[in-house]
Amino acid sequence: MANHQTVDFEKNISRALNDAQLRKNFKFAMGNFVVRRRTIFPDAIETEKLRATGNAIKKRALSKLPQLLEQLEKKCTQNGIRVHWAETTDEANQLVLKIMQDHNATRMVKGKSMVSEEMHLNKFLQAHGVEALESDLGEFIVQLNNETPSHIIVPAIHKNKDQIARIFNEKLPDTPYTEDVQELNAIARKTLRQKFYEADVGLSGVNFAVAETGTLFLVENEGNGRMCTTVPPVHIALMGLEKVVEKLEDIPPMMRLLIGSATGQLITTYMNMITSPRKAGEKDGPREVHLIILDNGRSKIYTDEQRRQTLQCIRCGTCLNHCPVYTRIGGHAYGFIYPGPIGKILNPQVEGLEAAGVLATASSLCNACQEVCPVKIPIPELLRRIRNESYGNDSPNTMQGQGYKRNWLAVITWKAWSIVNTHSWVNAAGLKILTTPGLKPPRIGPVKIWTRYRTAPEFARQSLHELVKQNGVDNE
Amino acid sequence: MSEPSRERIFARLKSAVSTSAAPVAQPEPLPKVEFDYQEKIEKLKTLMQAMRTEVHITREQDWLSLLQDILKQRQIKSLLYGPRTPIGAALQQKWQDSADGLPELVPYDVEVEEIKERVFNVDAGITSTMGGIAETGALILWSSKEEPRLMSLVPPTHIAVLRADKIYNSLLEVMQKENWSANMPTNAFLISGPSKTADIELVLAFGVHGPKELIVLVIDN
Amino acid sequence: MRNYPEKPDRVYYFGTCLADMFYPEAGMAGIKLIQQQGVKVIFPSQQTCCGQPAYNSGFPAEARAVARKQIDIFYKDCPIVVPSGSCAGMMRHHYPQLFENDPAIADIKKFSERIYELSEFLVNVLNIQLEDQGDPVKVTWHSSCHAMREMKVTEDSKSLIRQLKNVELIDLENEYECCGFGGTFAVKQPQLSGVMVNDKVDYIKQSGATRVLSGDCGCLMNISGAMDYRHEQIAGQHLAEFIWERINGQSSNS
Repeated sequence: MANHQTVDFEKNISRALNDAQLRKNFKFAMGNFVVRRRTIFPDAIETEKLRATGNAIKKRALSKLPQLLEQLEKKCTQNGIRVHWAETTDEANQLVLKIMQDHNATRMVKGKSMVSEEMHLNKFLQAHGVEALESDLGEFIVQLNNETPSHIIVPAIHKNKDQIARIFNEKLPDTPYTEDVQELNAIARKTLRQKFYEADVGLSGVNFAVAETGTLFLVENEGNGRMCTTVPPVHIALMGLEKVVEKLEDIPPMMRLLIGSATGQLITTYMNMITSPRKAGEKDGPREVHLIILDNGRSKIYTDEQRRQTLQCIRCGTCLNHCPVYTRIGGHAYGFIYPGPIGKILNPQVEGLEAAGVLATASSLCNACQEVCPVKIPIPELLRRIRNESYGNDSPNTMQGQGYKRNWLAVITWKAWSIVNTHSWVNAAGLKILTTPGLKPPRIGPVKIWTRYRTAPEFARQSLHELVKQNGVDNE
Repeated sequence: MSEPSRERIFARLKSAVSTSAAPVAQPEPLPKVEFDYQEKIEKLKTLMQAMRTEVHITREQDWLSLLQDILKQRQIKSLLYGPRTPIGAALQQKWQDSADGLPELVPYDVEVEEIKERVFNVDAGITSTMGGIAETGALILWSSKEEPRLMSLVPPTHIAVLRADKIYNSLLEVMQKENWSANMPTNAFLISGPSKTADIELVLAFGVHGPKELIVLVIDN
Repeated sequence: MRNYPEKPDRVYYFGTCLADMFYPEAGMAGIKLIQQQGVKVIFPSQQTCCGQPAYNSGFPAEARAVARKQIDIFYKDCPIVVPSGSCAGMMRHHYPQLFENDPAIADIKKFSERIYELSEFLVNVLNIQLEDQGDPVKVTWHSSCHAMREMKVTEDSKSLIRQLKNVELIDLENEYECCGFGGTFAVKQPQLSGVMVNDKVDYIKQSGATRVLSGDCGCLMNISGAMDYRHEQIAGQHLAEFIWERINGQSSNS
């Protein structure tokens, strides 16, 4: 197993759990998000209806995905937006680079885009002499520090203000050390303003793309998204192919769910709706708008009806906020771009089970994520599916790397377990032995692991079966 | 260009056979929101103020004087505006009467490439609005030839003129009533307050990349 | 909201494998509580396990084999009471998924409809009235994730505790958070599991309770084991056993 992984998940977990500041930061931030969500969705019954609506809208869109993508492409093209298709992240990177090169562009400002993280776009562009500067404050901070985001919505949540102060002081020219949040903010504003002004190309993600009108919807609080999509003469929008919804009318409930779940707000500062590049007679806005639609494994996921539900995700981050595992290890420990519960089901499907299947073990199946997912993705069900495929699976629709974990011990263990539990006399005999007074289970294997943090449970003197018989309960 | 990729992607998507022929559940409509005229103004004002917007309720005959007071108070030296709009014409008229202590009116009626530095250095921008939304407390703006997009984004102060009778109950309502699906502009956007972020330790800070200040003049007649 | 039946004259009891091996007294207490209300309890001797460990680990075929056995054993059309939110959740909510493509799915769904977690059964079907004979004690409640999120019986469990007049029930901080048991999770991801259970024990200590009650033996094993390891002076106990002791004036064993 270790041979196939490029990510040492266990080591990452160890490191994260021993980082007291990391744990403190995440406990505080995630606790905060949990409370905010409860506040912005106060009525349990209404919230359930809303979630059902979100689920239905996404399911409807996914049930017609190819048609909606065709409609989106048609509408966008009619409106002057150039649509490109990228099967892999390599292709997507090349498409971006080509657009840059066509315009002799070397300076890009970026709004928040998880797809661009998936592409490792910044590194790619840097290698080709293009500066790709993050403009979302959290992304800006992690970029300065040469890191990746640790949370989908608040990328720099793992950093304290003194750490951020140091980063600004060290990495930005002529910048004094200050821990005052308003001042840090002002520094970012000033630095980025110049960059917005000078940029050749602006890049953004897409929260929802409406097929009916060919409109790209983006929400944000800072204004950097609007800057990136309005100031530079060229705008490139990146989206995963699952982000398309059918109608404009689908937007209000989806936005209520997305914004409420992501930041605990009723509405973000800005909701940006882009339908075309600058038209004749208009004075500003990009002259060219490009939409790059990325596959990167999504169409493969689509072909499996159960796993297709993964594509309902609207990237709100609320599953992260409610996960007892994420809250303790933060985003970096997962080793892949998407952390938390959604990461645990998405990464193995995109990167393959050998590389990322281990992520699915980091869950107690507590169901906290499923309870809050605005589009009702059955994450625990998909975790079980991934675990199943890790050992091998009989279904025709298997994942890449299927069976990588199959080993004699696991197979035998569960076969034996099933024999014991389908033959009650075997079970009874086993219990008789285990409940022998004085018998202590040997401290090997699971018992050894268990007793690292707890005392081993003691087998009772008499099993419940025996007590029941003794007490004269009818036992058929 | 990306044709082969496109074909392969669609081939996979179209090959996916839906084993469940069951129709997808119809989503429940959102709870209907219905406010009366006064309530709409109140709701919008309350919600926007909570997002640190400065909201003034005024009247047709008063808004220009109010505007001038606001500009003088803040010592705004330059005001970006769209001359070929009704409020543009009103401004020009009013400034003609007396421009003492008032900012320079900077018309934004050429392509940005010719005026970019000015746009990035004015103190404030004033725009009309397409309407407002009461349920969530937001302004609706549509880009147009007469009022370029950057006006409500780049200057550190954005002043917006909103007619009270153009406040809708909800986003869904305005989409339906105004038939947005037939005709989306180049760029439409909702604004609910000055720009903000909580990226540093979840501490709220205003005035990031968008305007630091949002002032709304609600014309209630 | 679930529709509950009238008080039946008899019920099945599914003991759970953990109660069988580690907490038989708790399993027995649940039976006695039902019997005391004049309801006959049948405990089919061939029962073993609900199948959840295999199901969660990614071995659904093995889980199905074991599940089918249980379904066959509990064939009479009467309620099946389970002293565990986890096992009840498995049989009620996950069996239909597990047997989705099975020709017998209609019957299996009927089986699942008959599953009741112990607390919800005592409260909503038997309308049990409890007379507390015990000494004053401070307790706190831990809900298993499945009792809370799948079976949704947390309030029922708490309402039983609140009936006991000498028992002070203190709510746990962060009570919605998992205790880290997760079945094989405790063994597959020991560090994570260890941190989660230790945090849970910290919250229990903070509550000032001398006893933590739960309706699930898995969580109990986990939390009690950790408290024991840390030499905490707090006891863990199954709700059924606690209630039985209180209404019979028995002092609670540590």
